[in-house]
Amino acid sequence: MRISFYLNGEETHVEVPSERRFVDVLREDLGLTGTKESCGAGECGACTILVDGQARLSCLMAAAQLQGRRVTTIEGLAADGSLHPVQEAFIEYGAVQCGFCTPGVVLAAVHLLDRNPDPTREQIREGLSGNLCRCSGYVKIVDAVEAAARKMRGGTPQ
Amino acid sequence: MRDVILPGSLNELWRCFEDKPQAAVYAGGTDLLVGVRHGLLNPEALICLDRIEELKGVGERGGSIRIGSCATHVQLLDDPLITSHLPVLWQAIRGIGSPLVRNMGTIGGNICTASPAGDTLPPLYALRAEVELGSKEGSRRMPIAEFIMRPGATRLQRAEILAGVWVKKPGEYNLHHFEKVGLRNALACSVVSMAALLRLAPDGAVEKASLAWGSAGPTIVTCPEAEEALIGKPLSTEPLQEAAALVRKAVSPISDVRADADYRRIVAGNLLLRLANVLK
Repeated sequence: MRISFYLNGEETHVEVPSERRFVDVLREDLGLTGTKESCGAGECGACTILVDGQARLSCLMAAAQLQGRRVTTIEGLAADGSLHPVQEAFIEYGAVQCGFCTPGVVLAAVHLLDRNPDPTREQIREGLSGNLCRCSGYVKIVDAVEAAARKMRGGTPQ
Repeated sequence: MRDVILPGSLNELWRCFEDKPQAAVYAGGTDLLVGVRHGLLNPEALICLDRIEELKGVGERGGSIRIGSCATHVQLLDDPLITSHLPVLWQAIRGIGSPLVRNMGTIGGNICTASPAGDTLPPLYALRAEVELGSKEGSRRMPIAEFIMRPGATRLQRAEILAGVWVKKPGEYNLHHFEKVGLRNALACSVVSMAALLRLAPDGAVEKASLAWGSAGPTIVTCPEAEEALIGKPLSTEPLQEAAALVRKAVSPISDVRADADYRRIVAGNLLLRLANVLK
């Protein structure tokens, strides 16, 4: 099946079986290995991507579902060469240990801050509760998202 | 690999069923695609309802609210009709899976999966919800308790879908409460859950009660004896304990990886006792 969608801002066409999981299209067909797979069942968040701005699990989407959608992967977040404020904050606060969960956590955080630019720590924890970090580095992740939120609010003229 | 078809309208959907009568239907994919991947089912094709606008959205007709089967959990959490009229359902949806699962999963999927642990089900039973089923031939409605037959089994016929859920605005209740016990806060299948709708008189006496438990039997458990036992009494320890004893008789839980049956039986009653804390 020929599927056309926007990937990180660019019109993209792939010829893949309609049932192929989107995470496999990204990693294996398009070579974008920033998106990770861990559980394959929607319980870990490693494969999180943004579809039309909303955080979704790419392991639970058939390729056919992407037709016409706008997809952002971790590679697209800094497509112009400058890091997103969430990525900058993750570096500044040391919110990365092994890094495997990080692409998913960062994209979930971007969606969270889009919905709620001024979350409490509890709301950040809740908003990221679908993304598991097995290095157990949640405190620094919450610190980083809090800092990114502050920076993003400050950077937006009211 | 099998075909995944995305009809853009109900008329297109009925045509898809003519071509692929054995196709499995999904919307968010958070249950069905996991099952397909694990080899639990092997349908000839998959039909995704994601692009059918007629199945989305929440509306009001007369004194009733109609929730489209393909409304996602996050859409329902943001919907003013749900927040203002159906807080018991809102509270239950808030604890489903994770934000990612709630962005994708739909109320229709939660119902059709027909798990006794489905978090929207206890509120929908307590609200006496009706399901609207649609097919090429037309539509029919039935109470949700009749629709769900046993774990994983519903009264959906071949080439028929769940189109929506109808709930009468529960204006007669002034207390909506849902509580779920799980092994962790997020991404937790319920060990036991309870939905409670109550009307309390100004002096605190229960005038009307509708109660339902999840993960406490093969389908959602209701307990009219416990509801009756509460009538005319305050939500204090003694009457709640009396009703909780009736609940523990009514449930028929199983032992599984999350909890054993005895624990579930005790907790099903304890969730009722905790109503005493809701008013504090």
